Amino acid sequence: MRATVSLWFAVAKRSFRRYSTYRAATLAGIFTNSVFGIIICFVYIAVWSENPGAGGYDAKDAVTYAWLGQAMIMTVAVWNGGATDDLAARIKTGDVAIDLYRPVSLLGWYLASDLGRALYHLLTRGLAPTLVGAALFDLRYPADLLLSVQFAIAVVLAVTVSFGVRMLVSASAFWLLDDTGVKHLAAIFAMFFSGLTVPLVLFPGWTGDLATVLPWASYLQVPADIWLGKHPGTDAWAALAFQAAWTIALLWLCHLVLGLANRKVVVQGG
Amino acid sequence: MSVIEVQGVSRSFVVRRKVGWLGRERETVHAVRDLHFGVERGEMVGYIGPNGAGKSTTIKMLTGILVPTSGRLTVAGMVPSTQRTALARRIGVVFGQRTTLWWDLPLRDSFDLLRRIYRIPDARYRANMATFTELLDLAEILDTPVRQLSLGQRMRGDIAAALLHDPEVVYLDEPTIGLDVISKSSLRDFLRETNRERGVTILLTTHDLVDIEQLCSRVMVIDKGSLVFDGSLDGLHALGDARRTLVVDLVEPGEPIRSLGADTVKVEGPRQWLTFAADTSAAPLVADIARRYQVADLSILEPSIEDVIKQMYTRTPREG
Ligand SMILES: Nc1ncnc2c1ncn2[C@@H]1O[C@H](COP(=O)(O)OP(=O)(O)O)[C@@H](O)[C@H]1O
Ligand SMILES: [Mg+2]
Repeated sequence: MRATVSLWFAVAKRSFRRYSTYRAATLAGIFTNSVFGIIICFVYIAVWSENPGAGGYDAKDAVTYAWLGQAMIMTVAVWNGGATDDLAARIKTGDVAIDLYRPVSLLGWYLASDLGRALYHLLTRGLAPTLVGAALFDLRYPADLLLSVQFAIAVVLAVTVSFGVRMLVSASAFWLLDDTGVKHLAAIFAMFFSGLTVPLVLFPGWTGDLATVLPWASYLQVPADIWLGKHPGTDAWAALAFQAAWTIALLWLCHLVLGLANRKVVVQGG
Repeated sequence: MSVIEVQGVSRSFVVRRKVGWLGRERETVHAVRDLHFGVERGEMVGYIGPNGAGKSTTIKMLTGILVPTSGRLTVAGMVPSTQRTALARRIGVVFGQRTTLWWDLPLRDSFDLLRRIYRIPDARYRANMATFTELLDLAEILDTPVRQLSLGQRMRGDIAAALLHDPEVVYLDEPTIGLDVISKSSLRDFLRETNRERGVTILLTTHDLVDIEQLCSRVMVIDKGSLVFDGSLDGLHALGDARRTLVVDLVEPGEPIRSLGADTVKVEGPRQWLTFAADTSAAPLVADIARRYQVADLSILEPSIEDVIKQMYTRTPREG
C-alpha cells in the first residue's frame, strides 16, 4: 500500500515537472487567459447592468465567476489534453501494450499523472490570471477558512471528474483507433455544460436543472458556487458529495472500459 | 522442468479488409502455427526469421499481452495470459521497436519509476545501477531526456530497464535493429556477460544472423509462422549450406581470383564477389588473397536469414 502511494506520488511529481519545462507555452497561456478574462468581465458587467441579480448573481459574483472560469480551463482541461491525451496517442501507436504489460494499474497511473499536471496548471494558468483579475477588478473571496478548504476539495474533485470523462473519451481509441471526433464532441459538451461559456445559473428552465446534475457541472459551476458562498451551511458538503459521486461513478466506468479494452488487446490482438 | 514450455501453440488474427467500395472481407491471418519448443534455465536462444514470420507474436504470447488461439504455454511455471502481473515481476522484455522508457523524462527518472513499479529493494537497485552504468556506459546519458537519445543509447537504456528487477527470463525482440556496428557489438558483449554471470535465460529475436553467430549456441528458425529449424548454428549452416560473400576491390581490374575453398561468382571491373561456406573462417581466405593480389579494400557479407531459409527449402525436400 505504502509502496503504491509512493509510486503514484512519484508519477505525479514527474508529470508536474514535465509540464513545467514548457515555460514559453505557460507564459503565453497566462497572457491569453488574462486577456479573455478581461473581455468576459466587460461582457458580464454589461449583462448584469441590464439584469441585476440574474441567476442569483450580482455583478461582483459574475466578474469573479469569469476569473474562476479562466483559472479552471486548463486545470480541469476542459478541451481535453493532459495525461488522457498521452493514453490516446499510445493506443494509436500501439505503445499501450507496454502500459498493459506493467504490473501496475493503468487507471491509477494516468490519474496520478493527470493530478500532477493539474496542480501545475492550477499554480500557473490558474493562479496568475486570477492575480491579474484581482488587480483590475473588485472580486469576491471565500468568506471563511471552511469555504476555502471546501473550495480546494472542489477543485480536486473537478479534476477527477474531468479526468474520468476524458479517460472514457481517450479509451474510445481502443475501438475507433482515432478519437479525434469523439474528442471534439466531448470538448463542445464540456465547454457548454461546465458553465464556461454561460454560467449554468443562467440556463433557462429544465435545461438549467439538467445541466446542474450532469458531470460537467463539477468542472466550474460547483467550485465557483462554493467560492462565492452560494451553498450555505451543509449545502457545500452536498455539492462536494455530488462531485464525489460522479468521480466514483466515472472511475468505476473507466475501470470497466479499460477491462474490456485489455480483453480486446489480449484476445483480438489490438 | 523447462523455464519456457510451448506446446502446440497457434495464434491467428481476424483482419477486416476493405473490398471495393463498401464491401468488407474477413480474413484470418495465421501468425504462428503449432509451435513446440522448450527453453532451459540459463540458455541463450536465438529466435530468427524474416519480417512477418511470427517472432513478435510469439514474444507477446510469452509475456501474456496476447493469448494463444490454441495450445499450451508456461513461463516459470505460470500461464502468462492469466498471471500476467505476477509473471511481469519475474521477466524482462525489450521491444526493439518501442521503448519502455518515458520520452519526456531523463533516463535516470525512468529507472527510478521502474524501481518503484517493481519494488526493487534499495540495495539491489543500487548494485544493479552501478553494474549497468558501467557495463552499458550509461553515466553520461543518465540525465538526458529519453527523446534526445540516439537509437543505440536508448537501446542501452531499455536493456538496463528490462534487467533492473533481476528477471529470471528476458525476451529481447530485435534489440539490434537499426544499430550501428559498434553499438551492436558492445550490446552483444553485454548480453553474453549477463547470460553468463547472472544466469539469466535469454530469448532473442532478430533477423540478423550475426547476432546469433556471436551469442547463441542454439537457434530456432521461424518462417511463415512455423518453426522450421531448432538446433545449433553449425547445424543450420550445414542444413542450408548458406554461404558468406567476400567482396574484394582490387587496385586494377584483373582475371577472376582463384583461391581455395571460394568461388568467384561475379566480376565487375576491379570489384569481385567470392562466396565461401558460412561455417568456415574468412581469415585464411583473406590472408591468401591479400598475399597474391593488389587489394584496395575488402568486406564480408553475411548470408541473410532469407537466403538461409531459401537454401533450406531447396536443399531439403520437405514432405507433403
Ligand atoms: N495484432 C495483429 N493483427 C493482425 N495481424 C497481425 C497482428 N500482429 C501480427 N499480425 C500478423 O502476423 C504475422 C506475424 O507478425 P509478427 O509476429 O509481428 O512478425 P515478426 O515479428 O516476425 O516480424 C504478420 O503477418 C503480421 O501482419
Ligand atoms: Mg517483430
